[in-house]
Amino acid sequence: MSAAEPAPQRRFDPVASLSRLLAVARKEVRQLGRDPLTLGFVVFVPLVQLALFGYAINQDVRDVPTALRDRSGSPVSRQLVERLEATQAIEVVHAVTTEAEGRAMLGRGEVQAVIVVPPDFARRWYRGRGAQVSLLVDATDPLVARAVRTAADGLAATVAEEAGHGGAGGLSARVEQESELRRAAPITFSVLTYYNPELRTPVFVVPGLLGVILTTTMILMTALSLVRERERGTFEFLIGTPVRRGELMVGKLLPYVLIGLIQIVLVLVAGLALFRVPIEGSLFALAFASLLFIAANLTLGLVISSLVKTQLQATQVAFFFFLPSVLLSGFMFPFEAMPEPAQWLGELLPLTHYIRLCRAILLRGVSVFELWGSLAWLAAMFVVGLVAATRLFEKRLA
Amino acid sequence: MIEAWGLCRDFGRLRAVDEVDLTIRRGEVFGFLGPNGAGKSTLLRMLVGAVVPSAGRARVLGCEVPREADRLRQAIGYMTQRFSLYEDLTVDENLDFAGEVFGFGRDERRRRVEQAVETYGLARRRGQLAGTLSGGWKQRLALATATVHQPEILVLDEPTAGVDPSQRRRFWEQIFELAADGVTVLVSTHYMDEAVRCHRLAMLRRGRLVALGEPRALADHLEGRVVEVDAEPPEEAVRLLRRRPEVASVTQLGDRVHVLLADEAPDAAETAPRLAAHLHQEGYGDAVAEPARPGLEDVFVAATLGGEREGDRSHDGDGRLPADDTFTGARTGAFRAVTDTVPRPAPPPGDGEDR
Repeated sequence: MSAAEPAPQRRFDPVASLSRLLAVARKEVRQLGRDPLTLGFVVFVPLVQLALFGYAINQDVRDVPTALRDRSGSPVSRQLVERLEATQAIEVVHAVTTEAEGRAMLGRGEVQAVIVVPPDFARRWYRGRGAQVSLLVDATDPLVARAVRTAADGLAATVAEEAGHGGAGGLSARVEQESELRRAAPITFSVLTYYNPELRTPVFVVPGLLGVILTTTMILMTALSLVRERERGTFEFLIGTPVRRGELMVGKLLPYVLIGLIQIVLVLVAGLALFRVPIEGSLFALAFASLLFIAANLTLGLVISSLVKTQLQATQVAFFFFLPSVLLSGFMFPFEAMPEPAQWLGELLPLTHYIRLCRAILLRGVSVFELWGSLAWLAAMFVVGLVAATRLFEKRLA
Repeated sequence: MIEAWGLCRDFGRLRAVDEVDLTIRRGEVFGFLGPNGAGKSTLLRMLVGAVVPSAGRARVLGCEVPREADRLRQAIGYMTQRFSLYEDLTVDENLDFAGEVFGFGRDERRRRVEQAVETYGLARRRGQLAGTLSGGWKQRLALATATVHQPEILVLDEPTAGVDPSQRRRFWEQIFELAADGVTVLVSTHYMDEAVRCHRLAMLRRGRLVALGEPRALADHLEGRVVEVDAEPPEEAVRLLRRRPEVASVTQLGDRVHVLLADEAPDAAETAPRLAAHLHQEGYGDAVAEPARPGLEDVFVAATLGGEREGDRSHDGDGRLPADDTFTGARTGAFRAVTDTVPRPAPPPGDGEDR
């Protein structure tokens, strides 16, 4: 009998589809409004992170405790050490009588660097025959090692210049291109007369932080959003409604786009007020890059949400993703200084590309389209993520 | 309007629904009765397209389920077993959201929400968050939401679980009001008093359909096969009765003891005095045994008896559709004849295959 019954036919109707999508979005906003914890998450997490990274985690390395073994004991050697200290990179806290003693202190962590001046230092110096000073540095913290080496190289270059030898000094003057900044001595500029404001940590950190904050909130929130419906059982209600999975997904994303934009404004305003972070490029460019980045992160969150069964799992997977994002994106460590495999991984992460875009736009005022590769990558991640999430997500129970 | 052929669903090694055949007619209130874990929810979920069958087919209003389930959304109202509305939205907001996703414009939605609020007496709760409602109110809201789009078919999965008796009664009145308007209602329950009100009833046990028919007709088949025993204390009497050859099963129902007679035994009028005499002999001086009007409890016991005796996968259903007034698992002779009379209709060809 039922074979003859007319099937209630529903062809795809874009207007109805859009209104269902908006219904989901509006519902999501209402729910967010009822959840003070989430709201706090949106507003306070960025501010707290900004304060933490901006103030507490100061990447400017200063006064590295240092031991000195001066076997020359000459006025020149003393002058050299004094000038090294004057860079503020190191501070001589111990004078030791043997190199071995210095190494032992290094091992125990009592000092992070040992300066060893050889006995023939003064003689070689006066004869212009390349006086050598050994610098033993504890590289446990690469930032420290880098700072000490930079200071030493810089001093060597200055001394060379003063002496009119030209060689090393000439080199350092030429390597102003940023990409090569870290290759050898040239970061000297930071301790020399050219104080490079971009090496002030907060200025450097805030644009990256923008990306980190967006990554954590966007991914986590969407990773939880679908699976929350499953866990609370409301998903079974949705199954019984005409809401299609694409509508459900996009409808759930929309409110978070807004939240992401709010967070960007918050961080930029706070960064400007607290750390005088400059905004050299166009805000429009930043908004464009940010929208792409937000979209890419949101769909990534949806993919996570489609894969997992519980909110706890979603959180775990999200954190599994956060760690490499923070470490390999160039936020924590200079991207170019990372080993190549780490760079390859880093290239995959949306955060890497967004940080590049942000720093370029905010600090260097570069046009966003000069970094079209990063834009394209973010756009690709968004599309792939949305397709994957829609494929993975079944509007079914078991 | 709803048909199923050989529906199965496995969860790992557990077969939650096992070879269920069904035909549900327009306008009936069709009940699914069975203990927890009998497969009622899984079966209903398969019929609404929320769960994909492991085997078998189902058609609802001519649509293959689950493949074409999306086309049925407007026609089905589904009230889930667990409260599945948004606890952090208010009564009004939940109704409005439902109206919105079912595609009603602002004015139409407002009208429908008002109507639902009035019909289900939610007026004083409309601003309250759904999560703070008590069980009975949640269930009213769930029914109101499930009917906001005026579906042809209403699927209610244990709608009255955890609801007090007076609310349950009111709820069933509403179900019948809907049925009177022509809505086909599928309702699962483990309450006998609710099951008995259904037009027709499917009894499930361990995923298998063990009985199907009008509640009264199902019970009538046991006429003359049930003896009610009154003995104090009942526990020992139950043990004594179970050892009797003419007894197939003994069930304690509250303070009553119902005895289902074995196939070989003469009918209740004849056997009851014998059982009484036996109890007297064993020291139950004032024990009374009388033929009793069979109830759904007895039907359920009888229907599950056979399955238990020969193991779970009896093959007596093969090639036969358990049609009305049927006990597939039963070994009580009263039903075997019925089971054997109805040929199983073949599913319409081709439709279920991938096109």
